[in-house]
Amino acid sequence: MLSKLFSFNGGVKPDPNKSLSTREPIARLALPPQLVIPLHQHIGGTPRPLVHVGDKVLRGQRIGAADGNVSSAVHAPTSGHVVAIEPRPMPHASGLSSPAVVIEPDGLDAAIEREPFDWHAAAPGEIRDFLRDAGVVGLGGAVFPSHLKLNPGKSGHTDTLVINGAECEPFITCDDMLMRAEPENILRGALIMQRMLAAKQVLVALEDNKPEAAAALKAAAQSLGHASLEVVVVPTRYPAGGAKQLIRVLTGIEVPHGSRSTDYGVQCFNVATALAVWRALEHGEPLTRRIVTVTGNVERPRNFDVAIGTPISHLFAAAGLKPDTDKLIMGGPMMGIPLPNIDAPVVKATNCLLASSPALFAPPEPELPCIRCGECARACPADLQPFELYWHSRARNFGRAQEYKLFDCIECGCCAYVCPSHIPLVDYYRYAKSEIWARERDKDAADSARERFEFRNWRADREKEEKAAKLAARNAAKPAVKPTDGSAPAADVAPSAGDDPMKALIEAAMARARAQKEAVAAKNTDALTPAQQAQIDAAEERRKRASELSGSNAPAE
Amino acid sequence: MITALIVMAGLALVLGATLGAASVLFRTQGDPLVDKIDAILPQTQCGQCGYPGCKPYATAIAGGEADINQCPPGGDEGVRKLADLLGREYKPLNAEHGIEKPKSVAVIDEATCIGCTLCIQACPVDAIVGAAKQMHTIVADLCTGCELCVPPCPADCIDMVPVAETVENWKWRYPVFELKVQPATLPAKEAA
Ligand code: SF4
Ligand code: SF4
Ligand code: SF4
Ligand code: SF4
Repeated sequence: MLSKLFSFNGGVKPDPNKSLSTREPIARLALPPQLVIPLHQHIGGTPRPLVHVGDKVLRGQRIGAADGNVSSAVHAPTSGHVVAIEPRPMPHASGLSSPAVVIEPDGLDAAIEREPFDWHAAAPGEIRDFLRDAGVVGLGGAVFPSHLKLNPGKSGHTDTLVINGAECEPFITCDDMLMRAEPENILRGALIMQRMLAAKQVLVALEDNKPEAAAALKAAAQSLGHASLEVVVVPTRYPAGGAKQLIRVLTGIEVPHGSRSTDYGVQCFNVATALAVWRALEHGEPLTRRIVTVTGNVERPRNFDVAIGTPISHLFAAAGLKPDTDKLIMGGPMMGIPLPNIDAPVVKATNCLLASSPALFAPPEPELPCIRCGECARACPADLQPFELYWHSRARNFGRAQEYKLFDCIECGCCAYVCPSHIPLVDYYRYAKSEIWARERDKDAADSARERFEFRNWRADREKEEKAAKLAARNAAKPAVKPTDGSAPAADVAPSAGDDPMKALIEAAMARARAQKEAVAAKNTDALTPAQQAQIDAAEERRKRASELSGSNAPAE
Repeated sequence: MITALIVMAGLALVLGATLGAASVLFRTQGDPLVDKIDAILPQTQCGQCGYPGCKPYATAIAGGEADINQCPPGGDEGVRKLADLLGREYKPLNAEHGIEKPKSVAVIDEATCIGCTLCIQACPVDAIVGAAKQMHTIVADLCTGCELCVPPCPADCIDMVPVAETVENWKWRYPVFELKVQPATLPAKEAA
């Protein structure tokens, strides 16, 4: 039993607004007329499409293959026809497009025949490959391929496996409802993960504002009867669901800046990911559906079980989007990103769709200068100094921002929440981070261009040397050749070759060609039949006409 | 006293020899300042600076022959970085060498390409693939956008196309400030 809980620094207590979407159970949403399944839905390489336009696909069929090991597959959520493979708008703050497979469901929902996979007998490496090809990625929002994390590493074991059901962000309830609906299968998935990680204990953690889910999980844990598995209820404080924060609450381990929790023997997965692992291994079901909370400024807020690729407009239609909505957000009010395009599809990362209205979220107050009050630093759960990060990001002083550990910022928004000057601090961090990434990409491109430029120069030098060497060899052999061609005395050629090796080479080549022509020309036109001669004459005639034509054309142009 | 002198002299000899050996063993390849400057230059290798590539320009800057504001692909930010590195005053890009443009890559119209290989010979970074009398194509990821392949093409089939924004390379915009302009005061000022 865990005897003691710890706590993390900072954090805030925003209005949870969760009861809006927990009144109704999860509803299975009907299929839309078209599914748009983006190929790239996770961290890592973009999958290669495995289908063509016009192909018939079945439910669970792989339509995109993982590109290397740091990638994950994508699958068809139902049967139908591929009507297009083309860039489509993504659920991304940019509203830009990315390659997607567009499927028109045929209504049969016929499943592909599954290859049986006995995970009980399989080696961990085989299970990892299977999960990669089943498209299982982290469903808490980071969409990192799960098979990469299900590896105990060099030590061969893990101390603690944390299953994260904290769901600390306001409005979002998809994990809550999932824990109420399928507690046993979540725990079964967690036990598979425990086996793969050789973890000593499994802690399933959730906040104390979800009593129903906690009761369901505890009952399920009891019936499974595993001594090393425990359901832990932690105090509600945002962001208790951040991986580093939750690990600190449960184990007291403070993962330092720039390190990962695995270095301290702790690995963390979302509850929905645990369920996806169970479904993939036990039932051979790849990840093609997920639970999405639709809430905020809608008539009927609730959770939907939707096929990945369903247009977001379809979900808002089901929930009844109110007309005074002014903004759509993917994720919650603290960490979510603006959604410029309502026709973008639901992807593996979509946990919540939030409609905002001026009544629900007051428009941001005007930004005032930072007064260095330090409120943000007290609220920061990552123990950073947000005002310093802000200062340097705003001044585009990215090196200094990185010295203040910009990349340890989890973009939780606590600092902006408490800032009395209403500074949109996270916007500055996102701006600075993407600028730094762009600079790194440019630098890599420049380095590779430098390498190729230097290689090319080296190759050019080598070619020059080789030519010079060849020429020298030929010049040495020249006196023997000269008498037969009889035109130029040797004394004439030698100095010109000395000045300009190119010229000499060209001359030599031309001489060779002449000699060859003389040798060949006479032969195949000897002893012609009259018919052949007539053919040749006709061809010569055509050639002459053609050259006249082109001659008369040229000046006209 | 004498022993002390002998010891000191001996030490000096040994240390001197070590230093000498080290300087031979670990001789630096090239000039470190040139490398530092070269690391800032964008490696487009376009020659707009008036030198046949970024490294020669870096060498010229280090040697005091060239100014720091001659590289259009590096842009304003490049000049600032060079000024920082060399402790010089920032100056705007010299327009004689060209202006800063959005990054583009070359694209060959594959239907018009006659396979003459002239562009391959012009490309400083081996970004073009093709063989004699075969259609040529440009590997967009490798192209630095130097435009050197455009003039030699006899079929005029190479276009420079600005690099499109994608979900992967998109950047968050700089947060916009609320401009607090009192509408009433503006016309008043104009009137005055
Ligand atoms: S809370 Fe806002 S005003 Fe206070 S120090 Fe932080 S950024 Fe500045
Ligand atoms: S957004 Fe970043 S800086 Fe601000 S409180 Fe969260 S972790 Fe700290
Ligand atoms: S102008 Fe800039 S990018 Fe072009 S060769 Fe000169 S230094 Fe390199
Ligand atoms: S393909 Fe053309 S524009 Fe691109 S790097 Fe080569 S020469 Fe320059």
